[in-house]
Amino acid sequence: MAEDPRDKFHVLGRPTPKKDALLKASGRAEYADDIAMPGMLHGKLLRSPHPHARIVRIDSSRAAALPGVRAIVTGSDFPNIRYGNLPQTRDYLPLAIDTVRYIGDEVAAVAAIDEDTAEEALDLIQVEYEPLPAVFDPEAAMQPGAPQVHPLAPGNVSASSIFHFGDVETAFAKSDYVREDAFETQAVKQGMLEPHACIGMWDNIGKVTLWASKMSPYVVWRQLAMGLGIQPGSVRVVQTFVGGGFSGGKQEAMPMDFCAVLLSKKTGRPVKFVHGMDEVLTIGHMRHPMKIWLRTGTSADGRLLAQHCKLIANGGAYSSIGGFSMYLAGAMLNLPYRVPNIKFDAFRVYTNNGFCGALRGHTIPQLCFARDTQLELIAAELGLDPLEIRHRNAIQPGDVTANGFRIGTFAFDECIERVAETSGWREKRGKLPKYRGIGFGCGSHLSGARLMGHSASAAEIRVQEDGTVQLTTGSTDVGQGADTVLSMIAAEVLGVEAEDVRFTRVDTDSTPVDPGTFGSRVTFFTGNAVKRAAEEARRQLAEIAAQRMEANAEDLVFRGREIFNPRDERQRISLKDAVRWGAFRLGRIVSGRGVYAAGDENVDFRTGYGNLSPAYNPSACAVEVEVDPQTGQVAVVGFWGADDSGTPLNPLGVKGQVLGATVMSIGHALYENLIRVDGQVMNPSFRDYKMPLATDLPKLENFQHASVITWEPEGPFGAKESGQGAGTGVLAALANAIYDATGVRLTRLPMTPENILSGLKRVRETDRQRTP
Amino acid sequence: MAKGRFAQRGSIVKDLMTVSLRVNGILHEVAIRPWRTLLEVLRETLALTGTKRSCGEGQCGACTVLIDGRAVNSCLYLAAEAQGKDIVTIEGPVGGDPALEQIQRSFATKGAVQCGFCTPGMVMITKSLLAENPRPSEDEIRAALVGHLCRCTGYVQIVEAIQDAARELAPKGSY
Repeated sequence: MAEDPRDKFHVLGRPTPKKDALLKASGRAEYADDIAMPGMLHGKLLRSPHPHARIVRIDSSRAAALPGVRAIVTGSDFPNIRYGNLPQTRDYLPLAIDTVRYIGDEVAAVAAIDEDTAEEALDLIQVEYEPLPAVFDPEAAMQPGAPQVHPLAPGNVSASSIFHFGDVETAFAKSDYVREDAFETQAVKQGMLEPHACIGMWDNIGKVTLWASKMSPYVVWRQLAMGLGIQPGSVRVVQTFVGGGFSGGKQEAMPMDFCAVLLSKKTGRPVKFVHGMDEVLTIGHMRHPMKIWLRTGTSADGRLLAQHCKLIANGGAYSSIGGFSMYLAGAMLNLPYRVPNIKFDAFRVYTNNGFCGALRGHTIPQLCFARDTQLELIAAELGLDPLEIRHRNAIQPGDVTANGFRIGTFAFDECIERVAETSGWREKRGKLPKYRGIGFGCGSHLSGARLMGHSASAAEIRVQEDGTVQLTTGSTDVGQGADTVLSMIAAEVLGVEAEDVRFTRVDTDSTPVDPGTFGSRVTFFTGNAVKRAAEEARRQLAEIAAQRMEANAEDLVFRGREIFNPRDERQRISLKDAVRWGAFRLGRIVSGRGVYAAGDENVDFRTGYGNLSPAYNPSACAVEVEVDPQTGQVAVVGFWGADDSGTPLNPLGVKGQVLGATVMSIGHALYENLIRVDGQVMNPSFRDYKMPLATDLPKLENFQHASVITWEPEGPFGAKESGQGAGTGVLAALANAIYDATGVRLTRLPMTPENILSGLKRVRETDRQRTP
Repeated sequence: MAKGRFAQRGSIVKDLMTVSLRVNGILHEVAIRPWRTLLEVLRETLALTGTKRSCGEGQCGACTVLIDGRAVNSCLYLAAEAQGKDIVTIEGPVGGDPALEQIQRSFATKGAVQCGFCTPGMVMITKSLLAENPRPSEDEIRAALVGHLCRCTGYVQIVEAIQDAARELAPKGSY
């Protein structure tokens, strides 16, 4: 049996409580809304009541006259510079100037002495609108003559991703079996409990500071400078504790951020904004609702020969990172199954709805839902076992996919088998009582993306004379545990404990510039940078200690807060004494820097070809459900998942990530749906937007997740991502389980009791016709 | 969207009423407008920001505090109504509360805290649950959490933390 590299771990691999957990559990962590500053004013945003309208006139004089109101800004107070992520998708304005494009679009902002006064002032701002024809359905929006949401987007196409690898037509012609299915997914919100919040300050020397709950503060920093028309050097973004993000608005600069700093400029006071939950659930950034058409050709023995996927996403009023959203769905057609011929035509369409962006898993879950649902249908038609068709097509380590993904570690077969064992699949499948069923689903994810812009991460480490370690990165902890796992990596290298390492939040004036926290990149990219920074600090310390002890630096080992030569007991010094001696006698500051740039590979986003990530991970899961035939309610009675997260560095954190992703996906599959009628969100509250509760889960003994351990050579200490991949197969697993329980095949999300009941009615009618 | 809920033209000191609130064992005399919720007064007037403001309508449980030992959503409770009652927040009573601190430790060590925004409310409901039912079953724990949302953890580690806290708080050898 090969040596397990984890045996050499001293800090990593142990379940380690999150560094800030006790601080948070005792209410002492300071989130943005918890910050109060002397003289602080409170801001509120006025939003468009129209899905599409021209702004004729704004009169804020009555609002300005209200006692307690200090300043009001409208779109024309900003320099009319569109901002956004990519040059071709810059379509945001801090506030609308001449056109509003969805119900909730920001039109004006007030700063007042308290929130009540600010809200009252909003009612006194008179906006004259000229309503314009609006369009809500993406297919209607693509038709000639449809209302145009943005002037420079023919057919309202906000982004497209079109690629073709191999030759699908020839492969379909050679296929023994071809089928096409259509799927539909819904709008889902991030659902984090902390509403967006910020405090803006424009001081009298022109420095613009924003304290804000942000996952990717450097994105905010760039966008803020762009939209304000000032140099990024004049802007400082300070990250507060983040009360959940799951991508979305906490990735970008939002209207509240711009208005906070501009209102501060006008008033000379700090200005705080906190969204109400009704605003959070109405405004942009939600999961893309999609229509997906998937045509698949296979051989008689179930090998996938070709897939052609057409996809139309309802993008809403603005772009966010729409181009990448489309590319990613198609790219993941290449994982976790071998498909030699792939064609993909995806259109993200502007409509007069709240806009879409990233949300845990981004566009991967929708695609996996369609594919793994269809795979089950193919297996049934060909008389294949659902596990067998997955094994038969599983990507193997060393594969190069049709779109150029180079696969390293990829224990997909092992994940399938692990789930088969833990779930008792082979004993249960087809043998469960009526209205009880089990379903299988698989998915895949990446460990950070190589993007066109900023991809690399950096870290700085200083070892202090008390033996503690100051770790500085540009990555954020948003609850996922970056503070802890990155500290553990530094501690492992330096032979100290994780508690000896202090992790900082981002302050763009002092931390290293970083792309941000998204795409499951932090442990992998920043983790590698931290490892290298710690190795550099260790090299410096070894030199100092060697000089002090007249030893060879290469002989020295770092462990237990000491530096020693295992072959010579006389050569031993505490880490802090080495730091002190180095500083006091040599003037040496122990300071290491490390970077990780994931090599020089790139994706050509025009052709879709290229190796997106340094590592990929598969996941599999089985779900057991019980369906109430009277009500159509689905009870999830068992869940067994497995994923190849490489080597889990903090198993306690990995467990929280995979189970959290799983439960979020259960909500996506069964309950969650942001209902829009003519652009109006009908359920902007947690009362009506239904997220999973503790009572919606299986019993703990039937809710399990296994890590299939691999050692990813490119990852820090063998690690890969864990926060998103585990959720990607859950949607299809639930659809397949409901089918197994009831015979009802649902291809539209969420799988509501109403849809299940009408499906049951159809099944009963079909059965009656079959049995005369 | 946002609506001016309360007209309060004129002087900003108009409509103030004096309320005595006993919070964590300390008596505070505050001048507040009568419509202020307990959550607002705790956070804004008393600077006790450990209690979180999230949905504002009693759905998420993040603002849970104990009033005379009973868990309530402080966003739905008028501060004036709490006069004469004993209020305990996540910051805990002066002089400490071993049970509350054990629950906080169990949450921290069992991985029940990710972003932490729901955590103060989860800790307070646990305090109230274990006071009433020191040895809750798994189902009883889940039922107690039904008024609380957590988007990060998927609840599993929260249930495990509550089980751990119950074990740790039980007299030795009794669990």
